Amino acid sequence: MTEFIVKRLLQALLVLAVMTVLVFFGVNVIGNPVYIFASSECDQPCLDAIIKDLGLDRPIWEQYWVFIGNLLQGDLGNSFTHGVPAMSLIWQRLPATLELAFCALVIALTVGLPLGVAAGLRPTHWTSRVIMGFSMIAFSVPIFWIGLIMIIVFSVSLGWMPAVGRGDTVDILGVDLSLFTLDGLHHLAMPAFTLSLIMMAMVIRLTRAGMREVLFSDYIKFARANGIRERRILTLHVMRNILIPIVTVLGMEFGGVIAFAVVVESIFSWPGVGKMLIDAIAVLDRPLIVAYLIFVVIMFVTLNLITDIIYSLLDPRVRLGGNSS
Amino acid sequence: MSGTVAHTAPAPGVWREFFRSPAAIVALATFSGFCLVALFAPWIAPQNPYDLAQVDIMDSLLPPGSESWTGAPYHLGTDGQGRDMLSAMIYGIRISLLVGLVSGVIALAVGTVVGLVAAYRGGWVDTILMRIVDLQLSFPTILVALILLVILGRGVDKIIFALVVVQWAYFARTVRGVALVESVREYVDAAKGLRLGHLRILFGHILPNCLPTMLVVATMQMAAAISLEATLSFLGLGLPPTRPSLGLLIANGFDYLQSGRYWISVLPGLVLLAIIVSANVLGDRMRDTLNPHL
Amino acid sequence: MNYRMSWLLAASIAIASPTFALAQDVLTIGVRSEAASMDPHWTQLSGDTQVQEHIFERLVGLSPTSQPIPGLAVSWAPIDETTWEFKLREGVKWHDGEDFTADDVIFTYDRLRAGVSGAPASPAFQLEKGGKQWTKVDDFTLRITTEGPYPTMAEDLAMLPIIAEHAASGVEPSVDFNTGQAAIGTGPYMFEEYSPGSQITVKKFADYWGGEPHWDQVVFRPVGQDSARLAALLNGDVDMIDYPPTIDIPQLLEDPNFVVSTIPADRLIYIIPGYKHIEPFITDAEGNPMVPNPLRDWRVRKALSLSINRDAIRDRIMGGASLPAKNIVPPGFFGYVEGLEADAYDPEQAQALLAQAGYGDGFNVTLHGPNDRYINDARILEAIAQMWSRVGVTTEVDAMPRNVFFSRLIRGDELSMPGFDVPEFSIALTGWGTVAGEATYTVSGTLETYNAVTGGGNGNFGRYSNTEVDARSVLAKRTIDNDTRRAILEEAITIGMEDYAYIPVHFQVNQWGMKASLTHEPRTNERTRAMDVRRVE
Repeated sequence: MTEFIVKRLLQALLVLAVMTVLVFFGVNVIGNPVYIFASSECDQPCLDAIIKDLGLDRPIWEQYWVFIGNLLQGDLGNSFTHGVPAMSLIWQRLPATLELAFCALVIALTVGLPLGVAAGLRPTHWTSRVIMGFSMIAFSVPIFWIGLIMIIVFSVSLGWMPAVGRGDTVDILGVDLSLFTLDGLHHLAMPAFTLSLIMMAMVIRLTRAGMREVLFSDYIKFARANGIRERRILTLHVMRNILIPIVTVLGMEFGGVIAFAVVVESIFSWPGVGKMLIDAIAVLDRPLIVAYLIFVVIMFVTLNLITDIIYSLLDPRVRLGGNSS
Repeated sequence: MSGTVAHTAPAPGVWREFFRSPAAIVALATFSGFCLVALFAPWIAPQNPYDLAQVDIMDSLLPPGSESWTGAPYHLGTDGQGRDMLSAMIYGIRISLLVGLVSGVIALAVGTVVGLVAAYRGGWVDTILMRIVDLQLSFPTILVALILLVILGRGVDKIIFALVVVQWAYFARTVRGVALVESVREYVDAAKGLRLGHLRILFGHILPNCLPTMLVVATMQMAAAISLEATLSFLGLGLPPTRPSLGLLIANGFDYLQSGRYWISVLPGLVLLAIIVSANVLGDRMRDTLNPHL
Repeated sequence: MNYRMSWLLAASIAIASPTFALAQDVLTIGVRSEAASMDPHWTQLSGDTQVQEHIFERLVGLSPTSQPIPGLAVSWAPIDETTWEFKLREGVKWHDGEDFTADDVIFTYDRLRAGVSGAPASPAFQLEKGGKQWTKVDDFTLRITTEGPYPTMAEDLAMLPIIAEHAASGVEPSVDFNTGQAAIGTGPYMFEEYSPGSQITVKKFADYWGGEPHWDQVVFRPVGQDSARLAALLNGDVDMIDYPPTIDIPQLLEDPNFVVSTIPADRLIYIIPGYKHIEPFITDAEGNPMVPNPLRDWRVRKALSLSINRDAIRDRIMGGASLPAKNIVPPGFFGYVEGLEADAYDPEQAQALLAQAGYGDGFNVTLHGPNDRYINDARILEAIAQMWSRVGVTTEVDAMPRNVFFSRLIRGDELSMPGFDVPEFSIALTGWGTVAGEATYTVSGTLETYNAVTGGGNGNFGRYSNTEVDARSVLAKRTIDNDTRRAILEEAITIGMEDYAYIPVHFQVNQWGMKASLTHEPRTNERTRAMDVRRVE
């Protein structure tokens, strides 16, 4: 067991090392940030001074070693534009993104589960067809388009919803959250719903498939034969069984949701990390782009590592070799 | 897929089953329709939207049904540059489908080779390849594609490359799964007994049996690729603005939505939706009829 | 369920409601670009400076048309050929109550000369121009000497915000300003909160030397998406926005609930032809590079200018908000040449000129430009490509994000050596902002022959070279007398522009959209400031 964990840990570190090279060199070959900041009157000595100040005059390998050295001390460098540590910017903005993703998750579950159950219970009924059609569309439609249409309908035409930004926040244990104010919820509704659509479609499909499978399984037949009421069967036995795969899949997809938040955040000007990434790309704030990507890589590698270890604890076969499909 | 005989096409019964769903028929008709439009775009489109000498800024923002000053009709109106929307959409469909199709085919080829090799060789080759696949799949596609495009810049070739990078792993994993099942079948043992070459067994016997599954995955992946391309183009990465795909048309039209010029954004949006939904319905139906266990 | 839900909401409202002490007069502005730092020496991006201007002031202020006016200095004059004397304003208080003196100015300039560590674009180069040296005469007098006669002293100092010695000594650049610790200025508003991505707030400084400010609080909210920013104005999220999407201006003008303020900007949008003997993006019908490069013939450049329908670009793309140009600085600026009118659209004459120059069958060009820098840049590029294609110069457009465009425009590829830059594009659309309100450095930057040592032609990316212009540009930079300098500049501009050194398209027109209850005095330099906004009585 220890050997397995050590092996996986080493693999994770290897992946991290490779990714830092890819990300750092990838981001540092694009464009030249100096010309974005320098004013039109800035002449050559002035440009050289900026280049030197940003450390861009050194060979890229040297820049990389400096970067790695700092990374090992937990420092991902200072943002060009903001001049503050990149990680502090990420931490500042992460709550907004997590809040958005979390609300999307809640919406996906509260809407998706009942719809999926309904579709699973009466698969041939017209309501079921409508639900499945909806899930197909929700799954297919590019979310940026939905976002645009929602802004046009609900903010501009009807004027019900604020088009952009985050609402009032309250400080909860040192983190600013907008989840607990009316204004905050008002601002949160449209982006969270937009972001939830893909997950919602997935929940509907998984629930329906799970329902179909579980309803015909022996133990449900047995329960029915024993005269247990249908409602109790549903809530206790069926739900318990279909929730496990749903939770697993959603857990795995949560990272994807945070990534897709990039799109939703740029449409709704939501001040999260995704919006920050897009802004950083526009002005070529290299340290910030690199920091965000490294942060994401670390997040995903860690999540994978944890999943792997938990699975291996639950299922010893995983440890024994890669050939189990 | 219960027969042990390798066959390249699904049995006629499968097709009959496929056509029992009216939704699938509609989806097939829609999708083929768009493919035909894309194929014959230069002959169908009233205007060549890429020939800037034909596009006149004085005709910009005309609503559907207007006429240009030369009297040519603009059935679906014009965009902000005076481009005929109908023509722009026809060519946009072409670009979107092209990007989806080409990236899908390349990813399929790469993924298939990796998947087959992994399944057939097994051992450490399999372990390493599948680790890479897992790693690739653990990163969200949009983020990987976005960063690749930031580094590479814009262009059809670049977006296709980015889409291949984010898609090949799906194919590799699927193909490996199917191939593992197939490679322990009797016919493979028989072929090995006959001392047929590795390549011959892989591509002549195992591959054909993986095809139906790959077809399903490919259809779904293509839909995802088209949607992803549209999203990236919307974010300003991806395709150059003079050769707009559907996604770029939508993005361009967004600026005009508030002043009531809905046609520039909404019409390409609906077409994009129709393409993706029909591709997904097709894929769904194929999965149900070809391989209910996928 | 319902009951519990509403209880929960009620509870959360109770947590959230701030204490409303008095009715505050708050102005909320939706801005296109967010201020990235509160350190006024960090960058010179206008998104940053416009917020900083509320907090920090300069020795010399700028009028709405960017002409120098008294700021922290009440007056200035040259006392000999190479020395300027500035009299500082007395009785000015810093936001924390300390007195402002010449020591603060010395501290500020010393900080800039020493270098602001990590700053991507500090304005320190303004101090290097002319080799400025500064000395304190007394608490309210300052002398600045230069190597030679230096006319644009006031314009340069108008770019340098003054920070407080007592508050900013030894602080960490940017970081300590963003927390507010060092963000102590003399301006009409005080730093209140900086929350990146969300909002920046400043509040009234009651002891401001210029009288009590109009707003109790000003909130800047960044909304990058043009349509989203407009939507925020339309549904009342914000009171005012900068850069309303040009396409929606007519609609905004019709709406009685909103007004639009307008002024021509100092930003010229123009096309730079490449003057190298062979240009990679200029090809004949077979796609081969052409020798000589047709753009070196002024008739071809004039033909390209004549074939641009500037009125159509204004009406069809800019929503009426552009000023077709042949001048290089806007009306009201020092150096604006009366009578230099924008070329009228004349495709026939353009074709005739092309034929005369021997290019009657046309040729192919690739027009490069940014797609996220100037107002409607990508659309202007495409419209110009349409127009040129129609007179026989088949044009492809390659629009790219500014993060790639500018380094290729200025320096070429990564391999070029500093000082030996080889601009890459053969013909490109770009912009030039005359921030100083004065044409000396616009002439020097865009028309003078490129010279990495003197800094001449540092914006001359086509490598245009004309001795007639050069002589006048160099002379202007040393002429202190305003009338003489103005005449020299006007000559240089007229010579350069009649030669089509580059092809001006238009001046951008700055616009702001706001609620009808507000009135705004717009500024040519694109800054959005609460000081210029009043409530209509």
